[in-house]
Amino acid sequence: MAANTIHAIYTDDDVLMNAVKQTRAENYRISEIYTPFPVHGLDEAVGLAPTRLAITAFLYGLVGFTVAVAMMNYIMIQDWPQNIGGKPSFTFYQNMPAFIPIMFELTVFFAGHLMVITFYMRSRLWPFKKAENPDLRTTDDHFLMEVDAENHDVEKLTQFLYKTGASEINLIQIEQDH
Amino acid sequence: MSSHYEAPIREPLVLGEKSYHDISMEVGAPVFGKANKSWWISFTIALVAFLWGLGCIIYTVSTGIGTWGLNKTIGWAWDITNFVWWVGIGHAGTLISAVLLLFRQKWRMAVNRSAEAMTIFAVVQAGLFPIIHMGRPWLAYWVLPLPNQFGSLWVNFNSPLLWDVFAISTYLSISLVFWWTGLLPDFAMIRDRTEKPFQKKIYGILSFGWSGRVKDWQRFEEVSLVLAGLATPLVLSVHTIVSFDFATSVVPGWHSTIYPPYFVAGAIFSGFAMVQTLLIIMRKVLHLEDYITVLHIEYMNKVILLTGGIVGVAYLIEFFIGWYSGVPYENYVYLSFGAATGPYWWAFWALIICNMIVPLSLWVKKLRRSIRWTFFVALVINIGMWFERFDIIVIDLSKDRLTSSWAMFQPTFIDIGTFIGTIGFFFVLFLLYARTFPVIAQAEVKTILKTSGAGFKRLRAEHGDHVSHDIMQFEKEPGRSAFVNPNAVPISAANDEKVTRVDVKTQQVKINSLLAAVGTFNPDVQTQDNLQRINGIGPVMEQKLHQIGIFTFGQVSKMTEREYELLDEIISEFPGRARRDDWAGQALTFINE
Repeated sequence: MAANTIHAIYTDDDVLMNAVKQTRAENYRISEIYTPFPVHGLDEAVGLAPTRLAITAFLYGLVGFTVAVAMMNYIMIQDWPQNIGGKPSFTFYQNMPAFIPIMFELTVFFAGHLMVITFYMRSRLWPFKKAENPDLRTTDDHFLMEVDAENHDVEKLTQFLYKTGASEINLIQIEQDH
Repeated sequence: MSSHYEAPIREPLVLGEKSYHDISMEVGAPVFGKANKSWWISFTIALVAFLWGLGCIIYTVSTGIGTWGLNKTIGWAWDITNFVWWVGIGHAGTLISAVLLLFRQKWRMAVNRSAEAMTIFAVVQAGLFPIIHMGRPWLAYWVLPLPNQFGSLWVNFNSPLLWDVFAISTYLSISLVFWWTGLLPDFAMIRDRTEKPFQKKIYGILSFGWSGRVKDWQRFEEVSLVLAGLATPLVLSVHTIVSFDFATSVVPGWHSTIYPPYFVAGAIFSGFAMVQTLLIIMRKVLHLEDYITVLHIEYMNKVILLTGGIVGVAYLIEFFIGWYSGVPYENYVYLSFGAATGPYWWAFWALIICNMIVPLSLWVKKLRRSIRWTFFVALVINIGMWFERFDIIVIDLSKDRLTSSWAMFQPTFIDIGTFIGTIGFFFVLFLLYARTFPVIAQAEVKTILKTSGAGFKRLRAEHGDHVSHDIMQFEKEPGRSAFVNPNAVPISAANDEKVTRVDVKTQQVKINSLLAAVGTFNPDVQTQDNLQRINGIGPVMEQKLHQIGIFTFGQVSKMTEREYELLDEIISEFPGRARRDDWAGQALTFINE
């Protein structure tokens, strides 16, 4: 049993973009695309759902804000209220103007860092992680489209991909042991 | 096909007829190559300055703050001046990458990486000063909201100095992850281009295994946008909070409601001046004139003009309000008649000339686009902005409300040494960065190549806006050294017409000599082999071999050192390729199949 995929390599982002649209129109399945830079609109063309990282950033920001409020309320109002330069410390509300800078900073701190950590985890990026781009040139100037060749006539698919403007087409056979 | 139209009157942001590959190689060149002599000289100077400063810091910490020139009247001087100066410089980087990203300014892409690096290194210098000033830097963790061992005496959240701790650490850490996230694709590019195994390993670790999947890029762009949205108010907040250190006090000259916007403008002003200083040198030394163009310098000069204008107006308002208030103490603040004619007159006039007068020359387009003049103005602004902070702190403190406590400030050897040390440290970091990091965000520059690259602009001018902007038209070396997947079976050739032809005529002598060694191909009796089966021969290489007259494995298998060299001379694009991949050996195995 061999799992077949075809690696079609393009040298231009516009050609790739057209190829992606044509390939999808022909009902071939694109399993992955590797590009050296963000190609505008490619995610939509491939049919990816929009990322929800911005929503997580908002939620993380709310967490940071809550942490800031809870921390300063506990420290300045509950645990050890002090008269500092006559600034009112009887209630959180009265002392709040002095707390706004730190509320803001912690909101940004939590939103920014936790969002980036989420991004790294979701995209599986961390030190000592091995790169998985199948062709070294995809970080330079080549664009690689991985098309599922299972249950397709490889010859026909190759001809089709060649017509979409691929400069190189490779059949990848991954031999699977029993 | 998506449009890459950009108004033709806009000047190109990437000069020269560049392909995507050219960008990779030119940005990667300093990392792939060796450091030259001038790098080593500057690095040595910076290192010596840093070590000198380190000695001063160690002396300060082991002896005490008394080694500084502070006195009872002037309890803050060089340390805070330097702190604010460095923090201010650290404002341009994130401004460029965040604010200009939100405004979709394409020119930011060539300068943001270095500006951000500069930001981070400058904030590191800034952070040193409060820590040294603590006297017992090992107790620096006391600024964190931790309960002390006697109960729970906490830090004071009413104090702007504590706000500073949160603002600066948030700014430093957010700038760092913003910078690093943008670096991942560029580290990956270097990881995949370099031929040194050690570099491959190091950049493999640094790139976090970046592979450039379409989903990764989608997230990458979203993260950049959200970080920009978060960092924009953050940039403004940091220097606002730094200005609160002064503005919330009751010292004449400091107690001013204009401080937050005025400080923010001043910070951007000084930050851009430092970016200009560094980039004008860097573009020259690293040969990046095609990416950091005169246009970029002019754009940055315009930002300098705007923020310098805000700063200038703020000076005038401060001067006017001080006089108009009729308060006698205000006559001795840093922007007043008293300061202009008093013992610190030289500091006052240094401020006015450096920050208000000299930058006005940038209104002249010719000077704004002159690299030498820009460099000069940038240096002057760097000096002027240092004097601004010195004036605010020292002049305002020197003539307090009590005439009996009026005093002057004398910096000591240690004050000066520490400051020079931080400049040395800054340049040590920046020089190391320039040698080891991709100094231009090459992945981002590639996205604007088709809209703003000079080559594509010319193409549009010649062929109209509907031309298919295929990068192959600029490809100087098509089908470069093909990386062949061990599982891959090539089953299709590239388009023939795209292959540049071997110059058969001029190379005839060498070709004859090559064919004499490996034998000629006779189509009547021989059949040609699929040369692409040889690892290292792609469709383009095969075309070229055919043009020379090599068609069979038999011919390839006869190649030796001498023939490899001849081949390299005839086809100059793939030097050493045939030898490295041992084509003859491979061809032999195919013959024997």
